[in-house]
This record gives sequence, C-alpha cells and structure tokens, in this order.
Amino acid sequence: MDIQVCVGSACHLRGSYKVLEAFQSLVEQNDLTDKVNVRPVLCLGRCGEGSVSVKIDDQDVSVSPENVANVFKEMVVGHV
Amino acid sequence: MAKFDTNVQELKYKVLREVATLAYEDRLSTGILDIPETIVPGPKATMRCCIYKERAIVNERVKLAMGGDPSVPGVVEVLNIACDECPVSQVTVGPSCRGCIAHRCQNACPKDAITMVNHHAVIDQSKCIACGRCVSACPYGAINKNTRPCERACKVNAISMDENRKASINAEKCISCGACVYQCPFGAIMDKSYILDAIRILRESDNNAKYQVYAVVAPSVAGQFGARVGQVVSAIKQLGFRDVVEAALGADMVAYKEAAELAEKGFLTSSCCPAFVMYIKKNFPKLVPNISHNVSPMVQAAMFIKALHPNSKTIFIGPCVAKKAEQKWDTVKDWIDCVITFEELQALIDSRGIDLASQPDVEMNNASYYGRIFARSGGLSDAVAQALKEQGITEEQFKLKAIACSGIEECKMALLKANKGVLPENFIEGMACEQGCIGGAACLTHGPKEKIEVDKYGKLAMEKNITEAVQILQMAEQSAKQRSGD
Repeated sequence: MDIQVCVGSACHLRGSYKVLEAFQSLVEQNDLTDKVNVRPVLCLGRCGEGSVSVKIDDQDVSVSPENVANVFKEMVVGHV
Repeated sequence: MAKFDTNVQELKYKVLREVATLAYEDRLSTGILDIPETIVPGPKATMRCCIYKERAIVNERVKLAMGGDPSVPGVVEVLNIACDECPVSQVTVGPSCRGCIAHRCQNACPKDAITMVNHHAVIDQSKCIACGRCVSACPYGAINKNTRPCERACKVNAISMDENRKASINAEKCISCGACVYQCPFGAIMDKSYILDAIRILRESDNNAKYQVYAVVAPSVAGQFGARVGQVVSAIKQLGFRDVVEAALGADMVAYKEAAELAEKGFLTSSCCPAFVMYIKKNFPKLVPNISHNVSPMVQAAMFIKALHPNSKTIFIGPCVAKKAEQKWDTVKDWIDCVITFEELQALIDSRGIDLASQPDVEMNNASYYGRIFARSGGLSDAVAQALKEQGITEEQFKLKAIACSGIEECKMALLKANKGVLPENFIEGMACEQGCIGGAACLTHGPKEKIEVDKYGKLAMEKNITEAVQILQMAEQSAKQRSGD
C-alpha cells in the first residue's frame, strides 16, 4: 500500500509534517513497514480542500493531525 | 509602477516576450522575422542613428533570447553592433582647468604625460596610463577619469576593448556575475536566455502527465514584480508548473550542513553564490579546499524535489545570471534542468497574458526566516550562526567569526587576507553582487526597499527556525529507509 502525504506549501501550513510523522510512526507501531509505504510528495493538486491532501493508493483523502489515527484505523489497518 | 529600473531592461524584456509568445504559438520560425519591426515600428529612431540599426540590434537580442551563440563560452555575450564604442581616452582635462601656477597635475604624473599649452593642461594620451594621480592632485577637480561603464562594472577585470574599440569579455576571467549586463547603458551586453528550453520542458510534460515540472524560486522574489509573492506563485503555477518550491528551503538545509562543516574544519568560505565560487577558483586556487562542500540552495532544493519525485524536472527562477553558468556544472546539471531569471519570468507571464495584479495568493511556505534572508548580504552568516546554536555547538567548541562580503571587491579583500593567512574571521560569506542576491543583475528592480521586503518576507515564514524547516528532509529520508526495508 502506498500512502502519499502532500508536503507542499498549503498542506504544510495545515500540519502536513505532523500527519506524515503520524503515519510513519503508526506504520512502525503496527509492524507494517514492509507492506505500507509512506512518503512525502509535493502538491497533489487539491490545495483548496481545507486539510492535508493524502492519497492512499488511488483514493483521495483529506487528513488533519487530529483525525490521522482514525483514518489509519479505517483505511489502512485490515486493508493490507 | 515601472516594471524595470531602466529602458534597457525593458527593451530586452520586450524581445524575450515576443520570442516566448511566438514559441507558445508554434510560430517562431516564421514570426521571428517580424520581431524587429514589432519592437521598432518607426518611422523615427528613438535610440540609435536610424531604425535600421535599431532593428538590426533587436535581431541580435533575438539570438540571445533563443540561447545565444554556442561558440561563445560562458553565459554572457557582447552584442557587437550595439556596443557604442564609448570613448577610449580615459583621463581628460575639463574646462575648469585654470592653468594655475602650481601644476600639481604635472608633478603627480609618473609618465610625464601632462604639458601646459596656452595655460591649460593637456594630456598626451599615448603616454597616459590612466593611473588617476592627476585626477586627485588637481585642486579644481578639473581632470576626470572616464572608465567605460562595462569596464567599471566588471570587478574582475574581464572586460577590455578589442581592436575595433568594442567591449570584449575574457572568458578566463569572467565569473558570469552579469554586472556588465545590468550596467551597460546601451544594453550591448546580454545574458543568454534559456526561456525556449523552459517552455519546451513545460509543454513536453503534457500538463505534468509525462513528468512533473517544479519551479525553484529564489527568496529575492520578495519585493520584485510589484506584486505579492503569493501572486507571483499563482502566476508561475499558471505557466504550467506542478508546484513551486522556495529555494530558501534549500538554504535552510545548506545552513544546517554548513554550520556542522564549519565547526569541523575551522575555516570555510560559502558556496551559495556561483560567481563567488568561480572567482575563488580562478584567482585563489590555494583556497579552493576551503570552499564549503555543500551544494548551493538552488541545487539542494532540487535534490529534495527529485528525491520525492525522481522523474521530475526542475527550473530555477532567480535574480542571477551566474546561476545559468552553475546549471552547466557536472555536479549541478542532473538536478537543475533549466535556469531563468526574474526578467525572463516576467516575459513568460506576460506572453501568456497572465495578469499578475489580479492573481489570488497561492501559498509558498516551507522554509524558515533564516533560509529566506539568504537573499541579502549578511543573511547567510546569520543563518549559520543560528544553525550552530540549534545544533548545540557551544562557543567553547567553535566560535563563529563571520565576515559578510557584499560585492566582489569586498570578497577580494577578504580572500587576499585569507590567502596570506591573516584573516581574523573564520567564515567568509561571499556574494558577488552588492547587497547580495537582491542586487542581482537580473532583478527587475534594485533599491533600498528590496532588503526591507526580504526581511519582512522572512518573518512571514511558518517555520521559526532552521531545524523545524529541515525536518522534512529527515522525514523524507526515513520514508526512503522504510521503503528499502532497512
């Protein structure tokens, strides 16, 4: 599974580093490093969405530092 | 508000804009012949003796706008027919000469070039070596030393007159700083333009589908274009760039590494300014090992982009002519695919009919205050001092004594001392342009407000320090590690 976290300017201002860090540590905590690939990317082209743009495989998701754990639980755990 | 400082810049800009417009419309091969008439409609000449000469010069500018003459080394070319052959005789006596009795001028002259004819000092130009001693000796200030603006601008003495009294650039000495380009009042020296490469890279990306194109923008953008930085970013994105990354983020990364390297080695010169680096290589070979081994902020930012997006292409946009030369270095060309200037960006924006004033603000905010103030003299030293502090390097371990050199003359003074081992400082911040990059030859405007604008822009950075700004690099590395299953 591929998780792309936008670290472009707009998302950065909305806390994308925190989201990226959270995904990275959640992947490690859940022992998924060989199955899930978390990576920072530049602009995903969805700057107007209000929270951080994330792409989980082909799915566009808006994530905030507050809901990142939930998103991980719902969309990552049990899906790989 | 005027877009440029001088009409010469505007003329150059008009040519770039026409070339860009035709390239975008795929009409360059036929439309090129009409450019001179479009720019010099006539019927009256406004710049030269006649419209035909004016148009012939425009033709030369078109060649430069299309990449210039590949047989001419370097990135700066003299337009021979545009060079007005400014007077050669350098020291002249003016009407204020009183034909006095003291004859200090005559006594001061080491070559016996001055005689008194009809109570008036006369200089024998065949003997005069233009040392200027008579100029300072005359109590009336009646003697003037005239230097060609290009020669005066060139602080590395790379410009002389050829046998036809045209300016000629010595490639061995030239450091591509572009000072002559900005200073020649006739616009007879121009930097080669790679806007056609930039347009090609953008168009062949198929709207970023085949590969993504990223702009790396220099922090001296603050205060340029008569618009807010966010508006300029919006316009750049409209040109077809996938995203815009501030070179200041690369500067943060450079400052972080440079501080560690400095503490380890004890003496360094900066490596951000390519003209300064070339100056050291050409004039102070002994000091080459002391040049910081870091890449420039431009390259560092591009490395970061390409680490995230391996097949992408990067175009640097800045105030700098020397960056065009740096782009051709072996250590740089794989990271930066093309370099254009602010002047050229203005031409691209206008060729697409993008109205800067009506652009919304688009964020460009990844760097810290310290990365952004690299744009002005002293900023790099401040950033290195900050990075030492953030890395917990105490004054007992290493005490920074930086000298910020603004302009190549100040650089020369510091390097001469360093070469003899008598420089009291242990870090030379070298910027070939006066004031640093905000004094860059290809800035649209130059003035005291640019420094204020850069500092103001620096304070708008979200990241308050260098460590916070560079954390993304560590996160990117961690993701690469995870990927490789390390």
